[in-house]
Amino acid sequence: MAKQLLGLSEVSGSLVVYENVEDVGYEEVVEVMMADGETRTGRVVEIDGDKIIVQVFEGTMGLSKKNTKTKLLGHPMEIALSKEVLGRTFSGSGRPIDGLGEVYAEKFADINGKPLNPVAREYPRNYISTGISAIDGLNTLIRGQKLPIFSGSGLPHDKLAVQIVKQAQLSGDDADNFAIVFGAMGVKNDVADFFKRSFEETGVMEKVCMFINLSNDPIIERTITPRCALTVAEYLAYECGMHVLVILTDMTSYCEALREFSSSKGEIPGRKGYPGYLYSDLASLYERAGIVKGAKGSVTQIPILTMPNDDITNPVPDLTGYITEGQIVLDRDMHLNGIYPPISILSSLSRLMKDGIGEGYTRSDHQDVANQIFASYAKVVDARSLASVIGEDELSEADKRYIEFGKLVEEVFIGQGFKVKRSIQETLNLGWALLSTLPKEELDRLDGELIKKNYDPEHAMRTIELALKGEK
Amino acid sequence: MTNKIYSINGPVVTVRDTSDFSMMEMVYVGNKRLMGEVIGITDEKTTIQVYESTTGLKPGEEVVGSKTLLSVTLGPGILTNIFDGIERPLKDIQKMDGAFIGEGQSITSLDKDKKWDVKFKIRLNDEVVPGTIFATCQETNLIEHRSMIPSGIKGKVIEIKEDGAYTAYETLVKVKDETGKVHEVALSQKWPIKVPRPIKDRRPIAIPLVTGQRVLDTTFPIAKGGAAAVPGGFGAGKTMLQHQIAKWCDADIIVYVGCGERGNEMTQVLEEFSELIDPRTNRPLLDRTVLIANTSNMPVAAREASIYTGITLAEYYRDMGYHVAIMADSTSRWAEALREISGRLEEMPAEEGFPAYLPSRIAQFYERAGYVDNLNGTEGSVTIIGAVSPQGGDFSEPVTQNTKRFVRSFWALDKSLAYARHYPAVNWNQSYSEYVDDLSAWYNKNVARDFLSLRSEIIAILHDEQKLNEIVKLIGSDVLPEDQKLTMEIAKVIRVGFLQQNAYHADDTYVPLEKQYKMLKVISYLNSACIKLVNKRIPVSLIAETGVFELLIKIKYDVPNDNIALLDTYPAKIDELLAKIV
Repeated sequence: MAKQLLGLSEVSGSLVVYENVEDVGYEEVVEVMMADGETRTGRVVEIDGDKIIVQVFEGTMGLSKKNTKTKLLGHPMEIALSKEVLGRTFSGSGRPIDGLGEVYAEKFADINGKPLNPVAREYPRNYISTGISAIDGLNTLIRGQKLPIFSGSGLPHDKLAVQIVKQAQLSGDDADNFAIVFGAMGVKNDVADFFKRSFEETGVMEKVCMFINLSNDPIIERTITPRCALTVAEYLAYECGMHVLVILTDMTSYCEALREFSSSKGEIPGRKGYPGYLYSDLASLYERAGIVKGAKGSVTQIPILTMPNDDITNPVPDLTGYITEGQIVLDRDMHLNGIYPPISILSSLSRLMKDGIGEGYTRSDHQDVANQIFASYAKVVDARSLASVIGEDELSEADKRYIEFGKLVEEVFIGQGFKVKRSIQETLNLGWALLSTLPKEELDRLDGELIKKNYDPEHAMRTIELALKGEK
Repeated sequence: MTNKIYSINGPVVTVRDTSDFSMMEMVYVGNKRLMGEVIGITDEKTTIQVYESTTGLKPGEEVVGSKTLLSVTLGPGILTNIFDGIERPLKDIQKMDGAFIGEGQSITSLDKDKKWDVKFKIRLNDEVVPGTIFATCQETNLIEHRSMIPSGIKGKVIEIKEDGAYTAYETLVKVKDETGKVHEVALSQKWPIKVPRPIKDRRPIAIPLVTGQRVLDTTFPIAKGGAAAVPGGFGAGKTMLQHQIAKWCDADIIVYVGCGERGNEMTQVLEEFSELIDPRTNRPLLDRTVLIANTSNMPVAAREASIYTGITLAEYYRDMGYHVAIMADSTSRWAEALREISGRLEEMPAEEGFPAYLPSRIAQFYERAGYVDNLNGTEGSVTIIGAVSPQGGDFSEPVTQNTKRFVRSFWALDKSLAYARHYPAVNWNQSYSEYVDDLSAWYNKNVARDFLSLRSEIIAILHDEQKLNEIVKLIGSDVLPEDQKLTMEIAKVIRVGFLQQNAYHADDTYVPLEKQYKMLKVISYLNSACIKLVNKRIPVSLIAETGVFELLIKIKYDVPNDNIALLDTYPAKIDELLAKIV
């Protein structure tokens, strides 16, 4: 039997304090009913004797000491689950906002989830072909991985996410068995719209479940949006056996909401005012990617975050990088040079790549080609910084070739454009063609055998030109 | 009187008006009997940190004391197992709860039913003291488990079982002490995790922990009983390096603590270590390994405990006379757990929100490393290798700085090396090892008398290269004089051919010291041969054209570990190539 409280004793920011409350559980959900009949949802965030502090997701505007009734629901925050959620749109706290009514629930689940036992995890090994050379070739995405996109304001991260969704191919008979869960936190209306429209154009809309918290929606609601999204994703993956791709954008807004909530609670701040538990909190989201032994499905996460002031050492990207299995970093300079996708390959990384590529997955020479491109491209950076001091003309012959190589890598290999989809074979062949523009003795990461087989300066330019044409 | 929960804030719970609990006592919280630990007592309230999720906990639920400090169970069955931060076996939790971890599980740490083939080492009427090895059993094919008389028990054996099969929890021996009290002893015993296990004496550090990683063994070695820190931003390869050491180092036992790190990484360790074969013993690496996994999404208080649990298990095997290496990945997560709990307690923060007692906690942890004489006369060691994840990759943050004060090997991982895929990305200019002098006698005796002078030679070349690089950055490499160009080339050979090591290459993943020494010797030979040519005014570009530098860079792949003698032919090969110029 749900208990009801009349009135309240204190309101501060999004927090409401009640006194003389008995028998209430930590993190229990409450329903706050306004005088005009509107109901809002909240959660118990602290208990101190008979005093409880409740966080109201939709904000506390209009609440007064007298006019509110509060119902204690006796269970933690839950969300209705069913396969019907596909094709539906929900608010950031999981209420349907597409006018199609409530979801007929097959079960309810706690949105906080539970930690996945490391013993029950299956190590991810199956690669997802995204058709993007900079990702497939150099930072391969693996099914069950969490691979964030580190971006900045004004960079085309949304476009990249859409391209990945559009081109992502799962191997074999699982091709139809995929779903997309999209969680938007504090994004602008047109961004949410862009995603929706793109999903429709791609014809995958009936496979998508959307949770939308726009930038003018209540801020506190954002702190539960990714949890709702991930709970749905886990249900679809582990109980319906689907391969789920979760896109969360923008994690920076999420962290800012968390910071606001923390400071209104009067907690001691850590770095840049973010709460000391930001790492644990982010981990409780990101770690929900993975594959469970014995289950058919998988949860792959692509969180998107905008680095404030393009600073990768800001706590949000920094802590994210420590938890996720790599990162795709977008680069403003490349973007300004008109390169799409502007993926900075040196600072990007896919930690799971090594186990999901090579013989039996992609191609036996994949790792070697990737290593050599990384190593050679790192020299391009050195050559460029030297050129900026002494001028390009004064460079040694070898350095000049590197400058040329760097240009080709960026314009042809990375900058493939929005509409081009390359198979892994095309990507790796192109990689060899680019390496063939360098002198043979510079390829210090490659085996003599491999070089003999693939190093072919004569046909290199033709392959590169063909790739350039493909763009048009 | 029952003690009831008064307030709840995240993992911190308080009980009012009670005097029943003692500091650091283990308690059971609420109806689900969640595990917790008393971390503060004031006149009016007792503060408890809970090691499990507190969602759904209600004020008024009962808190029950256990009258013991937070302890782990030590006994056969620890090896090859995977535990959470408070030594609960994750495989058993999976059997009870399924894929996701539930709350309030009371599970014994070791298998209750498994019988061990026990052989007794003492007889009726023997006098025993704490630490005496009273029985042994084969824990894995590799490791003999030596059960010891627990601390505080001293006296005469008045009852003892026959050799045979027994479980870890059965009473096998009864000991009567001076006061006439009878103590029961089983294969397993309890030990509080925050108390170091007693030893007889510390020994000076004199033997290296050989890891098979060139950049560590040759340039920045670590000693058995020593402590090392591996700081590095994300993607710099901390975990990879820790894995490599755990796989190949010559310790008898590996304790791998995944503290607040990724779940998939622990799965990977578990999978890989059961498949990989130890080159020295031909058994799966898992036979000598215990894993402690408190991944980042598991409760934060247990993350704080996991480091102590790991070091206690390490000390236990040290007491049996083994050399133990413990990898803690990552101590920063542990420090952050301290910060998080400290914040919830509203303690006054020091630097960057970390509590003021951070340095003393870090010191306490690293001081549990050491090469010791055990109570029972055996000798053993605990070597600690702690990863540090500095915020923003900035080594001036409190955890890195405080760790630096208490370790003597410092392996700084460099992001720019990692970007260029130079692994292991140990930066040779920032890293150091203070153990070199302590170990010099060992190297002279067991490797070669000139090993350390060769080491100094390559370090000097690398240092010269760093200085030259400053100039090259400004004016380009073409204008350098020939002898300096040569330094740059030799330094490149050292960097690419020696320091860089390929963890995925069958031979290169582990390199014995003998091969490391001979590689150094060949590089040194090349250096002096080239200096002679340069002195004869032969330009470095001509030397490079002979391909002699590439030849040396490829040594690591061309010379297999089982045919190290092949390296002795290299001086002749170098001469032959260089002779083409003259």
